[in-house]
Amino acid sequence: MDMGTIRGLGTVVVMVAFIGLALWVYSPRRKAEFDDATLLPFADDPEAIAQVRQAQDQSKAHAHSKAETSPKP
Amino acid sequence: MSTAPSPTAYNYKVVRQFAIMTVVWGIIGMGLGVFIACQLVWPDLNFGLPWTTFGRLRPLHTNLVIFAFGGCALFGTSYYVVQRTCQTRLISDGLAAFHFWGWQAVIIGAIVSLPMGYTTTKEYAELEWPIAILLTIVWIAYGAVFFGTIVKRKTRHIYVANWFYGAFIVVTAMLHIVNHISLPVSLFKSYSAYAGATDAMIQWWYGHNAVGFFLTTGFLGMMYYFVPKQAERPIYSYRLSIVHFWALITLYIWAGPHHLHYTALPDWAQSLGMVMSIILLVPSWGGMINGMMTLSGAWHKLRTDPILRFLVLSLAFYGMSTFEGPMMAIKTVNALSHYTDWTIGHVHAGALGWVAMITIGAVYHMIPKLYGRRQMHSVALINTHFWLATVGTVLYIAAMWVNGITQGLMWRAINDDGTLTYSFVEALQASHPGYIVRALGGAIFASGMLFMAYNVFRTIRAANTEEAEAAAQIAVMGAH
Repeated sequence: MDMGTIRGLGTVVVMVAFIGLALWVYSPRRKAEFDDATLLPFADDPEAIAQVRQAQDQSKAHAHSKAETSPKP
Repeated sequence: MSTAPSPTAYNYKVVRQFAIMTVVWGIIGMGLGVFIACQLVWPDLNFGLPWTTFGRLRPLHTNLVIFAFGGCALFGTSYYVVQRTCQTRLISDGLAAFHFWGWQAVIIGAIVSLPMGYTTTKEYAELEWPIAILLTIVWIAYGAVFFGTIVKRKTRHIYVANWFYGAFIVVTAMLHIVNHISLPVSLFKSYSAYAGATDAMIQWWYGHNAVGFFLTTGFLGMMYYFVPKQAERPIYSYRLSIVHFWALITLYIWAGPHHLHYTALPDWAQSLGMVMSIILLVPSWGGMINGMMTLSGAWHKLRTDPILRFLVLSLAFYGMSTFEGPMMAIKTVNALSHYTDWTIGHVHAGALGWVAMITIGAVYHMIPKLYGRRQMHSVALINTHFWLATVGTVLYIAAMWVNGITQGLMWRAINDDGTLTYSFVEALQASHPGYIVRALGGAIFASGMLFMAYNVFRTIRAANTEEAEAAAQIAVMGAH
């Protein structure tokens, strides 16, 4: 194999790895796991986790009520 | 779950030590930077002594701000973050203490050996072989403590900040060991195992990845913990942070050749370095946007919280310098910017704007928590520090842009008959006003660190042992 082919294969390997990573990360199956992980900076701080959870619930409720009150197309 | 009794408190002692030394080395390293900036304005300040010449003090400045200030900040915050996000105590208090004292010994070694003229002559890797070996041993102890703590974590997931800190530890060890392979000829003199263009390439593979993995990846670990924590909001997108991590570490390692444009390095390697540097913009900005967007819906907090202001402005400077960097890596732009003060301006946009500001923000966040206080002694003084740091950085980089472009244009100007329009000294004279502004900007930035030292001192003095001990208790809500 000449140098050019090896370089080309290197590019393909990195591209496949990147696409694979993107598919793995954005798979809906992993959403719950990442939603947990993202709270780890607050998880050992009772005050902070309460505040963050409250803020999340509020924004969810807010988005929900907006969706309900918006006029039907 | 194991039935063995687990420790009930975090090891905050080593974090406190590193946090305090961050401030101390910050003042000394930045103070020395101001001094050598003044030497460029008033050359008589080298006092005619060999130990105080610019050539010997400049490496000491870079070693102190990168490895002493930046290093202590990374070690302290990484120990804080890894314990808190893994909800467990460090695996070994003894090794952590060895890490702290060993690292201070390395810094003292630099302070003694560099002014005496002992140097490998490799930029950012000047420390001679006995100190370099000590550094390696200390670094391995650090890696053992950090990864050992991750192994015995109580949480299922390894939080993304720890991935960034982990990459910083592994890659810095690899870079340091490979670049330092050399043949000692005496106790304080060694020669590199590599020669010619190969030596240059390995040096800048090291040099650029010291920027990439020491000054970027490590501090991104800091960003992924302290920005969400201070903003009291989870990171904008956890998924983006994973893509950010893998893309950044895959691409950074190839960018080194842009330090060697138009040299004896083969052309293909120069082009590769240029292309990889340009692509690097994408993961860099992905991470910057991820940090910034964490603030979405909470921007009002910036009005009242100067710590958050430090963290967010550091991301703005990060975005700016990671745009400037790829641009300067383009060969035609580099033909103008290389060897000029533009490079020094670019480095300091990253070093003052990004690295120092995120460190300062993280330390202001940590200090009260480490000592069981509600907040820093004076929030107003943090605000003063913020403005001094901002004005100082802007003055510094603006002066260097003007100087750099002036120098680049004057050096390349040619008369009709092919002779140079300007002598080197003419370009130097044209740079003098810029050097004055730079020294002023640096002094303003460094003065902010004095306010920080006072604020930290008052906060710690107000704390008592019981409060500090209570703060170190591991409180888990079963939230994982």
